[in-house]
Amino acid sequence: MGEKTYTITSPVMGTFYRSSAPGEKALVEEGQAINSADIVCMIESMKIFTELRSEQSGIVKKILVENEDPVMKNQALMEIEPS
Amino acid sequence: MLFKTILIANRGEIALRVIRACKEMGIKSIAVFSDADKDSLHVKYADDAINIGPALSRKSYLNMERIIEAAKDAKVDAIHPGYGFLSENSDFAQACFDNDIIFIGPSADTISRAGNKSAARQTLIELGIPVIPGSDDIISSPDMACDVADRVGYPVILKAAGGGGGRGMRIANNREELVTALSTASGEARIAFGNPDLYLEKYIENPRHIEIQIFGDNFGNYIHLGERECSIQMRYQKLIEESPSSFVDEPFRTRLGETALIIAKAFNYTNAGTMEFLVDKHKNFYFMEVNARVQVEHPVTELVTNVDIVQQQILLAAGEKLKIKQSDITFSGWSMECRINASDPNENFMPSPGQIESVIFPGGPGVRMDTHIYTKYMVTPFYDSLIGKLIVWAKDRPSAIMRMKRALAEFEIKGIETTIRFYGKVFENDLFQKGEIDTHFLETMEDK
Repeated sequence: MGEKTYTITSPVMGTFYRSSAPGEKALVEEGQAINSADIVCMIESMKIFTELRSEQSGIVKKILVENEDPVMKNQALMEIEPS
Repeated sequence: MLFKTILIANRGEIALRVIRACKEMGIKSIAVFSDADKDSLHVKYADDAINIGPALSRKSYLNMERIIEAAKDAKVDAIHPGYGFLSENSDFAQACFDNDIIFIGPSADTISRAGNKSAARQTLIELGIPVIPGSDDIISSPDMACDVADRVGYPVILKAAGGGGGRGMRIANNREELVTALSTASGEARIAFGNPDLYLEKYIENPRHIEIQIFGDNFGNYIHLGERECSIQMRYQKLIEESPSSFVDEPFRTRLGETALIIAKAFNYTNAGTMEFLVDKHKNFYFMEVNARVQVEHPVTELVTNVDIVQQQILLAAGEKLKIKQSDITFSGWSMECRINASDPNENFMPSPGQIESVIFPGGPGVRMDTHIYTKYMVTPFYDSLIGKLIVWAKDRPSAIMRMKRALAEFEIKGIETTIRFYGKVFENDLFQKGEIDTHFLETMEDK
């Protein structure tokens, strides 16, 4: 992880979803440009969905977890290269 | 003829509740469990337990084929669906019927008619039951949602067609919020109920949530068990319930009860059910929805009426006639329930899964604990945050409040965040003590 990379982490133990609803297309893909405050993924914990937003504009460098994977609190989910 | 064996298609405290009813009736209980629940108490307490798949609900507790297969393998007479999961899924009730298994609940037809909000509304409007203005049909597009919202006026509320409990529910104050809310609410509904459909209603401000427990048998007999006051909510999720309601006097109880029974008859309702109403400060009431299942908060009714709701469900499903008449139903004392959730009141009620290091349960006179947790139990993130219910009974409301405060103070869970201490503040609150509450009470409690 370079100094310039911004990492999005999970605020809670749960399940990682790349789309806002099952069957819908992924919110972001690797290589995609995003704006600050864009929703990049969802975490479901105890049937509650939390939308995770990027705090910075940039390029989605790497998505570190697979769709529907279980994630721990504070686990790194995505690397963003700020623009 | 009473059942020999019942399969419980659920988990957690409600699975235990049904197992307990089975044991007290001499019925064999079969639990089902996902990979995440192999160490759960319902697996341990049931006479037998069957693994039905991976942790994710749609692969286990929402997997109809697998559950029916388990029920057939175990040769059960009936399935109790608990609440949530498949409890209000008419396809599941039908699948039980098609496989000669009795579904402990209303018929597939009743579930589907009561659950079809547009047809249900129409039926009830024709009967003169007041309903909340809203969409006559499932929302099929953002344009349709906006059209309905423009007609009834903002704010509006989106609700899941597949079930209640705050899942898939969102308020929108304008067109932009509505369009965003549609997508998240629909996703939440699909995960929670296996059904992404939503409908839309005008949002009634500062109402009370008051509901009526009913029973119907297969012979057209109906009774109601009075009301439950469920106004203490956070994000449309009930947290504290009580029976009776300090807002409901005898004439109003009779009106609500009779209305609930008219609704039940309109749907040929059988078994236990709940008719939910929104009530404004002038005692105008609007029908909200039928909960075609046992409710989380059923114990408060049990404690004031001395009727075992789950045992009644089983008897009625087995084809027994209602032995209790309306005139037999009397109300004694006051009961209150706190839902103990694995969520952090200091972090905006963020879910707080994890391992329980230790737990000390409250006890003593008038205290009932319905829970599946124990020391070292792992609260996984896969299911609802409800980890238990603390219920008290006392002779009147002030005594029930004192008893609840005492019980909450005894209750200690270490290792995860819970709502226990937060409730202590609610029971100290002056307005709560006076019974001056509405569904927004908690949002503004700190300011009052």
